[in-house]
Amino acid sequence: MENILHIIPEIFIFCSALILLILGLFIKNIKLINNLTILSLLIAVALVINQPYQSIYLNSYVIDEFSSLFKIMIFIGSIVTLVMFVSSREDLHINLYEFPILILLSTLGMMVMVSANDLLAMFIGLELQSLSLYVLAALNRNSLLSSEAGIKYFILGALSSGLLLFGISYIYGFSGNTNFNLIAVNYNSESLGLLIGIVFVLAGLAFKVSAVPFHMWTPDVYQGAPTPITAFFALAPKIAAMGLLVRFLFNSFGELYLDWQQIIFFISIASMMLAAFAAIAQTNIKRLMAYSSIGHIGYALIGVACVSSEGLRSLLIYLMIYLVMNISVFTVILSLKRNDAYFENISDLSGMYKNHPFTTILVALMMFSLAGIPPLAGFFGKFYIFVAALESNMVFLAVIGIIASVISAFYYLRIVKIMYFDEPKEEFDGVNVRSLQVLFYPSSFLVILFFIYPAPIIQLSEYAIKSFY
Amino acid sequence: MNELPILSILILLPIVGIFFMTLIRNNNDQSSNNLKHTALWISFLNFLISLYLLFSFNHQDADFQFEERYFWIEYGISYHLGVDGISILFIVLTTMLVPICILASYDSIKFSVKEYLIAFLALETFMIGVFCSLDLVLFYLFFEGGLIPMFLIIGIWGGERRVYSTFKFFLYTLAGSVFMLLAIIYIFITAGTTDVSYLLDYNFTRNEQIVLWLAFFASFMVKIPMWPFHTWLPDAHVEAPTAGSVILAGVLLKMAGYGFIRFSIGFFPEASELFAPLIFALSIVAIIVTSLIALVQEDMKKLIAYSSVAHMGFVTLGIFTFTVQGIEGSVIQMISHGIVSAALFLCVGVVYDRLHTREISRYGGLVSKMPMYAFTFMIFILASLGLPGTSGFVGEFLVLLSIFSINTYFAVFATTGVVLAATYSLWLYRRMIFGTLIKDDLSEMLDLTRREIIIFVPLITLTIFIGIYPKPVIDIIEPSAKKIVSQVNGKLN
Repeated sequence: MENILHIIPEIFIFCSALILLILGLFIKNIKLINNLTILSLLIAVALVINQPYQSIYLNSYVIDEFSSLFKIMIFIGSIVTLVMFVSSREDLHINLYEFPILILLSTLGMMVMVSANDLLAMFIGLELQSLSLYVLAALNRNSLLSSEAGIKYFILGALSSGLLLFGISYIYGFSGNTNFNLIAVNYNSESLGLLIGIVFVLAGLAFKVSAVPFHMWTPDVYQGAPTPITAFFALAPKIAAMGLLVRFLFNSFGELYLDWQQIIFFISIASMMLAAFAAIAQTNIKRLMAYSSIGHIGYALIGVACVSSEGLRSLLIYLMIYLVMNISVFTVILSLKRNDAYFENISDLSGMYKNHPFTTILVALMMFSLAGIPPLAGFFGKFYIFVAALESNMVFLAVIGIIASVISAFYYLRIVKIMYFDEPKEEFDGVNVRSLQVLFYPSSFLVILFFIYPAPIIQLSEYAIKSFY
Repeated sequence: MNELPILSILILLPIVGIFFMTLIRNNNDQSSNNLKHTALWISFLNFLISLYLLFSFNHQDADFQFEERYFWIEYGISYHLGVDGISILFIVLTTMLVPICILASYDSIKFSVKEYLIAFLALETFMIGVFCSLDLVLFYLFFEGGLIPMFLIIGIWGGERRVYSTFKFFLYTLAGSVFMLLAIIYIFITAGTTDVSYLLDYNFTRNEQIVLWLAFFASFMVKIPMWPFHTWLPDAHVEAPTAGSVILAGVLLKMAGYGFIRFSIGFFPEASELFAPLIFALSIVAIIVTSLIALVQEDMKKLIAYSSVAHMGFVTLGIFTFTVQGIEGSVIQMISHGIVSAALFLCVGVVYDRLHTREISRYGGLVSKMPMYAFTFMIFILASLGLPGTSGFVGEFLVLLSIFSINTYFAVFATTGVVLAATYSLWLYRRMIFGTLIKDDLSEMLDLTRREIIIFVPLITLTIFIGIYPKPVIDIIEPSAKKIVSQVNGKLN
């Protein structure tokens, strides 16, 4: 019984999902269900913050500073998605009470992912998360694109889960353990089977974080899924999968890093470069954000490839800043609405500053921030990534990183150009509803004013990696 | 007295101004006038504060003054400000040009006045920040941050090919600067800090110096700009609105010259010595080639832009002689060019506002209709070609003197640039101002308005004052220049 108390936040989320599911059958007020879901997530934040740090269940489940920080980031991502759902549910034809509950279940899966210290716990968390996401992607049943996104994501996701499971079986077979720490004790560094296992697990996880060459699903799913769900894809699952990736690699194969470092090295470079070039030709803003997220994951992976405390620290800083920037951008995408119809083409932004001067300057600054131009927050994310890279003597990775960032500056600037330099079109509804305003303004100001005092975020991420170094 | 954080006030005041201006609605002529006045007074106030800074500055002291240091990001990267005899002049130059620019934009900016003024004030913050930051990360922050408002100023209020020009400007500068970022990070890792006053005493190994110097050079050579990476400058100048050109020529180019003096030769003296011949060669090529290109220009702004590249060639020549005279000459040349080229762009703006063309052949014989304008233009043309008695002479003379003491051939080649400068400047003047007034639409031209006279008077005064009596300026620069030279020589021996 005492053991159960250690996972109070998970149990709480699980129970609220079940209760809300039943409640939803009787109460037709979807907004109420949604608000209750947000409330339960907020309570879960408080529960996570007050949790004692320990590892439980024969060390297969770890609650430490690292997992708590990731859980809070995931909660923020989920809450943001639910708030976006409020204003857009009717026009996007996703006015279903399953939406908040699926988000909740997916969040539960991610919580298990970032705490998992065992191959099986990791797989359970990953699958719970993925199954909810497959349904979410196809939630708009009337839309061909949404159904396509769901099917595509499901088939490729199932494939990646298969790869992952295959890798897990190899690792178990050759090390005799599923626990990360025990694998670290028992592995035989000469073992080729173990190496194959690592490669397959990494392939599966690369799919989840959408790193090149396992990124194919990302643009289609981002474009097809209803916007709040796209935002969710960008915000929560990637961050969770990144946390899982770090724990898997550092806890079980920390000593063997020479073997997997080059894999991360390669997918990081490939992600940055491919995203920088592929995004230039996009016409749909959600597709563009998909490539942008692939590129950002490439940068974040530099932090993993460094295999150092600076690397992990920079990864956390990067993910936190990435989260906030994306909240702002996706809120704006959701505000491109006119006569109850949503617009997603980049050309629809044309001359937006005439009608929405204040929103546009904030969006423009978000684009500069995504491109990593100082003094905005995105710059500090990249700065720390490069500090870590140079500290681990990865000069090549850092040089590729800066080259990619200059190339990608071009497509971010293109959006600014379209918003400012092109001929104005009709007015959009804009960020006019309360639910969008509470997301847009705080996140934008956080990004813009971050430079005034960045120290807390840096100290927080140093604190969160204590369990690794 | 020193407890007042005067440099922070200089940096923050425009931000405060922006905050107030966002609160003013911009929906009619009255409110847009209010906005203009607000921006003007804020920047003028900033100018007065910088004058106070100038007069309370201790001329004998070569160290950094008015220092401020606060914990910012983490140990080693702090918010550290301070000025010495070199940077203080650039700060005053910046705060002086910004109100002039705002005044010059009163009539020429027709739409989105509020955003324009906000962008300008933001730019002022970044420019002042560049010159007073004594931390490399902080410096980079301001150095790159200035790209954002400038990108918007050229892109929104520029001419027909503004999109191409502003992208070129942004991407060129960014591509150069990211290498400097990596170098800064490397310095942070090896030296453990990015504090400039600490790093000035730090000794990098020879190989480190070479790589780091090249990284800094990549950034500054694009920004200053040196041949062959100067091509963004004419494009940006031609398409930018008048005030944008003024700031671009007046201040933004000087950031790189300042960077060369402070960082390149301050941190990496061995590498600087090694690469000095490269700099000399590039500068001399720049002086001669761009002067020849300037000769054939049909567009006034392009002509002045190319002449800027040539003038900045003198600046880099002077800096890399590692002599007190050379550095003094370079700084004075930069200050003088900041005033003179700014004024020349304003002169172009005056006729452009009336006739809406920058083609030289569309003008001619303006002297009969615009005598005051002809007089003003003449002073700046003469200053630009370095006539004794104007500020342009002092800088060029000191630079040539120092380069002569290093290498006679270089001096001879550099001097041809002065002759060429006279050719294209005077020819421009002849084609525009002299001759008979034959074109019909020119007969309607009006002479300078009262606002324009207010703009030009301080610039003329300064140009002639520095030309006739440069001692006060040299007195301010000298201790710092001596200190830099002695530091460099100390490290080299």
